This record gives sequence, C-alpha cells and structure tokens, in this order.
Amino acid sequence: MSSSAKVIAGLIIFLCLITFPVWYNVVGGKASYTPELKIISEEKSCVESKEFMRIEHMQLLDDWRNSVVRKNNRTYIAHNGKEHNMSLTDTCLKCHSNKTEFCDQCHNYLEVTPTCWNCHIVPEENKL
Amino acid sequence: MIEKALTGSKKYWGLVGFLLVIMGAGFISYLMQWFYGLGITGMSRDVSWGLYIAQFTFLVGVAASAVMVVLPYYLHNYKAFGRITILGEFLAIASVMMCLVFIIADLGQPVRAMNIILHPNPGSILFWDMIVLNGYLLLNMLIGWNVLASERKSIPPPVWVKPLIYLSIPWAVSIHTVTAFIYAGLPGRGFWLTAIMAPRFLASAFAAGPALLILLALIIRKFTKFDPGREAIQNLGRIVTYAMAVSVFFVLLEIFTVFYSQIPEHMHHFEYLFTGLEGHGKLVPWMWSSAVLAVISLILLINPFTRKREGILAFACVLVFVSLWIEKGLCLVITGFIPSTLGRVYEYSPTLPEILITLSVWAMGFLILTILYKVGITVKEEIEA
Amino acid sequence: MKIDRRDFLKIGGLGVLGFAAKPVIDVVSKGELSEASIEAGPLAGKRLAMVIDMTKCKEGCTDCIDACHSIHNVPDFKNRKDEIKWIWNEPYDKTFPTQEHEFIGTGIKERPFMVLCNHCDNPPCVRVCPTKATFKREDGIVFMDYHRCIGCRFCMAACPYGSRSFNWRNPRGLDSSGNPFIKKNNTNFPTRTTGVVEKCNFCAERLAKGLIPMCAEVCKEKAIVFGDLEETDSELREVLRSHYTIRRKPGLGTRPQIYYIV
Repeated sequence: MSSSAKVIAGLIIFLCLITFPVWYNVVGGKASYTPELKIISEEKSCVESKEFMRIEHMQLLDDWRNSVVRKNNRTYIAHNGKEHNMSLTDTCLKCHSNKTEFCDQCHNYLEVTPTCWNCHIVPEENKL
Repeated sequence: MIEKALTGSKKYWGLVGFLLVIMGAGFISYLMQWFYGLGITGMSRDVSWGLYIAQFTFLVGVAASAVMVVLPYYLHNYKAFGRITILGEFLAIASVMMCLVFIIADLGQPVRAMNIILHPNPGSILFWDMIVLNGYLLLNMLIGWNVLASERKSIPPPVWVKPLIYLSIPWAVSIHTVTAFIYAGLPGRGFWLTAIMAPRFLASAFAAGPALLILLALIIRKFTKFDPGREAIQNLGRIVTYAMAVSVFFVLLEIFTVFYSQIPEHMHHFEYLFTGLEGHGKLVPWMWSSAVLAVISLILLINPFTRKREGILAFACVLVFVSLWIEKGLCLVITGFIPSTLGRVYEYSPTLPEILITLSVWAMGFLILTILYKVGITVKEEIEA
Repeated sequence: MKIDRRDFLKIGGLGVLGFAAKPVIDVVSKGELSEASIEAGPLAGKRLAMVIDMTKCKEGCTDCIDACHSIHNVPDFKNRKDEIKWIWNEPYDKTFPTQEHEFIGTGIKERPFMVLCNHCDNPPCVRVCPTKATFKREDGIVFMDYHRCIGCRFCMAACPYGSRSFNWRNPRGLDSSGNPFIKKNNTNFPTRTTGVVEKCNFCAERLAKGLIPMCAEVCKEKAIVFGDLEETDSELREVLRSHYTIRRKPGLGTRPQIYYIV
C-alpha cells in the first residue's frame, strides 16, 4: 500500500496532462472565441439549406467527388429541384471565393486540415 | 509470459539497445521520406519498385519456411523438431511483421493504406497478399503463444490449436505463392512472366529460412542453456541442402528457356543481370557473387562429411542466406524493371536514407525476434531445469 | 442510403438544434448525361479511341505535349528519375519493339512516335489495382481516382507501355533555384499530390464540356483523330477503314485503343 501516494500523484499528473488543451484555452482567453464566417456571394442561397450545409458539406463534397470521378456524373439536383455542376472550384468557390474568410475559419478553429487543397487549386481570392 | 522479456542479462539489453539505435536512425530517415516523398529513395519512373519490395519478397519466404519445421513435427510426429517448432513460428511472426512494415514504407500514401480494406478489389493479387500475410501472422501468433504457454504448464495445448496448426501448413505455402503471383501475372514484364516463379520462390524460401534457423539455433545454444539439439540442426541442414539444390535447378531452368528461345523481352533482363546491357551492369557483380556462393554452399552441403561438421554447416548456411538474399532480396525485383517496358536501361541504386530505413526494418524484425526468443527460451530453460 | 424530402428536412431541423446528424445524403442524379446543363453538352461514347497518323506528325513539333502538360498541371522536374509525363515521343523501335527490323525505311527510324496511355480494353493496371483507384469507365477511358490511390505502384509494374508516372516528390514544390515545377498553374484543373500515380485521362474534364482531347485539338497537322468506335459513321471509323493501322504490343492481349498509321 506504500505506493498509493505515487499512484495518486501519477493519476493527478495524467489528468492535468490530458486536460491541458482545455486549461490552456481557458487561461489564454481563447475558449470564448468563435469563428466568424463571411459570405460575399450575391446568391441568396447555397445548393442546399444553410443548416444542412453546415453539418453535411463534407459528406456532400465526398458524394460529389465520387459521382464526378467514379460515375462521370457531374450534375447535382438539389432538393429544391435546382441543377448544379458538381465542382468544388467551379461551383462552391464561385460564391465562397474568400476561402480564408470562409472555409478556413471553422477548419482552423477545429484544427482540421482537409486535404482538398493539396491538389485542387484555390482561385485568386475575392475580398469583401 | 511476456514478463520474461523484461528481465535479462547485460548482453540481452545490449542487443535490444543496439537494435533500437538502428531503428531510431531508420525512423529519422522515414520522417525525411514522409515529408519529401518516395523521391528520397533511388526508385524512379523506370524502376518503380526497389529495395523495400525486394526485402518484402525475400522475407515472405523466410516467414513461409516455418512450415519446414512445423510439418515434420505435426504431420510426421518427428520429435527432434518438437524442440524448435517454436523457433520457426516465432521467426515467421518476426518476418511477417517486417513484410508488412516494408509494404507500408513503400506506399506513396501510407495514411490511405486502409483503402485496401475499405475499397477492396478481389481481382488484385495485392489484396490477397494482404489477406494471406495477416492471416499467417495471426495463425502463428495464436499457435506459437498457446503451445508455449501449455508447454510451460506441462499440459497439452488447447484442442482448437490443432486444426489451426494443420491450417498453417498450406497457409505457409499460400503466402509465398500469392507473393509470386504479384510478379508472375504481369503481361509486360518478361523477367517475371514465368509459371515457375511460385515454385522457385518456395524452393529458395525453404533454403534461406531454415539456413537462418540453423544459425539462430547455434547462437541460442552458445548463449543460453537451451540446446535445440544436434539432430534437429542436422536435419534442418538436409532440408537446406535439398531446397538449395532445387532452387539452383529452377534458376537454371529459367536460364535454359530464356536463352534457348531467345525471345528478346525475356532475354534482355537475364543479359542485364549476368553480362550487363548497353554498358550498364551494376547488378552483374552481385549476381555472379550469388552464383558462386550458391555453388560453394552446395558443395559443402551435399558432401556429408562437411555438412555433419557444425562449424562448416554454419558457414554453408551463411553462404546460402547471402546468396539467396542477393538473388531474391535484390536482383529479382530490380531486374524486372531493367530494361523498362519501353526497352530502356535506367539503373537503380538505393540511397542512404533508403538503406537506413531498410536496415531499421530488419532491426525491428530482429528486435521482435529477440523478445519472442527470449520468452520462448526462458520458458524452455525453466521446463528443463 | 436513399434520403427523401422529409428526412432531409429532419436533418435540417436537427442542424438548427445543433445536433450532429447522421451523415446521410444521396445525390439525386440524372442517369443520362446527354442533355446535361453544362455548356455544349458532354462528349459521351461507348468505346472512345484515337488514331494517330504518324505520317502527318511533324518532327520537332511538341504542341500536343506542351498543351497537354500545361492544362493538366504536369510538373517538370528536369530529371529522368522523378519524371512525370502523360504524352511524349519515343523512337519507332521503342514504340513497336516486336515490329522492328534493321532495314526499316528512313523517315520511320528517326521519326518520333507519340505515345500516351492506350486506354486498353483489357487493362492490366485496372486488374492489379488493390483499391480500384484505377478503373475503366463505361466509355472505355481508363481513369484514375487520385483521392483513392495509395501509391503502391503495382499499376506501374503492370502497364506494358510505361504510360504511368509516380509523384516521387511534391509536384507543387520548387526547384533549387526557386522556380516551381509547374510553370503556370491551370486553376481549373487540380494538381496531384506526393505519393500518387498519374497518367493521361483522355481529357475527361474536356469531354464533359463537349471538347475533344487537347492533343487532338492543338495538332495543326490534324494527325490525331478522336472518336467513338461504336459509332460506325464516325471520322474515327472512316480513318480506320481507309488506312492500315497498328497498335502497340498487340500480342499481350491488352487491346490498346490508340491506333497508329505509320
């Protein structure tokens, strides 16, 4: 039983270490920071609703990619019946031409790095 | 049982430390490869597979050779091999692990490796190789560990182990057959397009693997209290002799067909290997060394007076292993690409990072082997004490 | 995973509530492309193929190579080891090794032959790919999914024509003097990434817009004829009817779809 102190000390150190990101952000004042997205498009709406896109855009893009690359089908019919060309650079980035102010905002906040841009070229950015 | 690997002599820890240092050097090289790409190796558009895939091919053979001790013991109840089956099985585990790591090291996009399971193509031989290699690894881990654990308690192994042992015998043949099919089914590569590829692979495997096993057994006898037994070693020696003779015979068959038919697409590769082509011949000294070593080893092995002397047997085993490593772990893969499908000779030589990564994977394999053998031998020592 | 309008609205509603919904969506797509809404309408076909008339091809001209490599962002590493190429030229004896002899007339021996992916009817690269990253489309194009390629290079070993290149290093990188390997980016077409294999795609992205492959379009001599073999009255079939044509390494059973007039 003499090692119980060591075990408890070890556990405390372990807990401190794994919760470090939380403490770090609270102390640094970054915990309340929320990403701000700017949309500079003249279009009123995206291919699907805002709520849907917020949750499902990655799945939608994945489906678009598979449809275009593997099935040679480039036309997307949205749920409102509108047709769109399934293209990241030609469709998505036509409106969201400000990648740094739009895509990167959440991606940086969540520390995700989509590999899209390893191959797809980001067009010249339009600013507000 | 694994705790037995945590206590050991200074020599044991020295060996573990040495292997870890090599692995560290290889790891740093791999980080470089990770960030730069496979261009850090000597591979090129023309020679698109190199040292990694060659090692993989050679080591599949070493892994498969465990069947050479398992089969006589379990199917023919040959008792002398009972002492060393565990050595064969553990060698198989370490070899398959090396194979898998060499494949990963060779991938351009290692993070996507799981695509082979997510989007499998059953028409691809690589898909089947993934299945048989992982299956073989699992089989040997289950069999080796359970048999050893039962031996330790002096009870017979669980009943479910026996069918797995029987399954592991054809499975061992399958891993090297499937690996040969990777090469033997490609229409444009005359060097590999030969139905004898799989038997050739098996023959060289059953020579190189048991040769390594003899050397390992002799090392174990020297450094531990466990004696694998003279009879077992001598009979492994016979296996190496027959397999080496068959292996050389198969290569001679290839040479006959290629040079008598004189079909250029097949012949040019052999010319590159044995005489050089268009003034290029980096592999020529290697291939002739392999041939000379093979002949010397056969003389020493076939003659019973030399084979029965363990010192000479060990020497012959080194020759066999080196000869076959050159033939299969170097020349077989690289020569398939020279000349290229467009008939061009563009040579390959590995770069320093590539060699370090290769060495480190070997070191990893030997580390796994060291740990497994440490456990196995300590258990054996306890039983005999 | 079909998703109807009600499910879709439900997902939307959940989104408002801030719940993460099960990622389900099905692209409700048109089966036929013939009347798609994009520009001129795509060039579809059942068995796309190409005839290259080497009697018209002019020595020293690299128009098709330059145009192809430029629109497809093919990097130039300026060394043979890392080289990437989609279309290039080879001497006759390298292009048709089984049909070569020492007395072949001048004008053939010296002439460069255009080579590219043969879009084989029976492609070994597709057979060996462990992840179906290389596959044959319904129109016959042997296509690559660069998202899926794991870079095992089995396809490079399998291709009897040396049509495949590997990205040994980052194609977007810079050489030692700071110049990019891709001289000028075509922003409408992706680059590739380190560690994947690449090759000619028969300009699938142009076909989708109703344009013929770039090499055929830029050739001033009209040496390249592109079309659908299933269309009996096409120019392609007419050229094949009226000329003697050969293919590369026909004995291997890959059934290449690039035909040569020599």
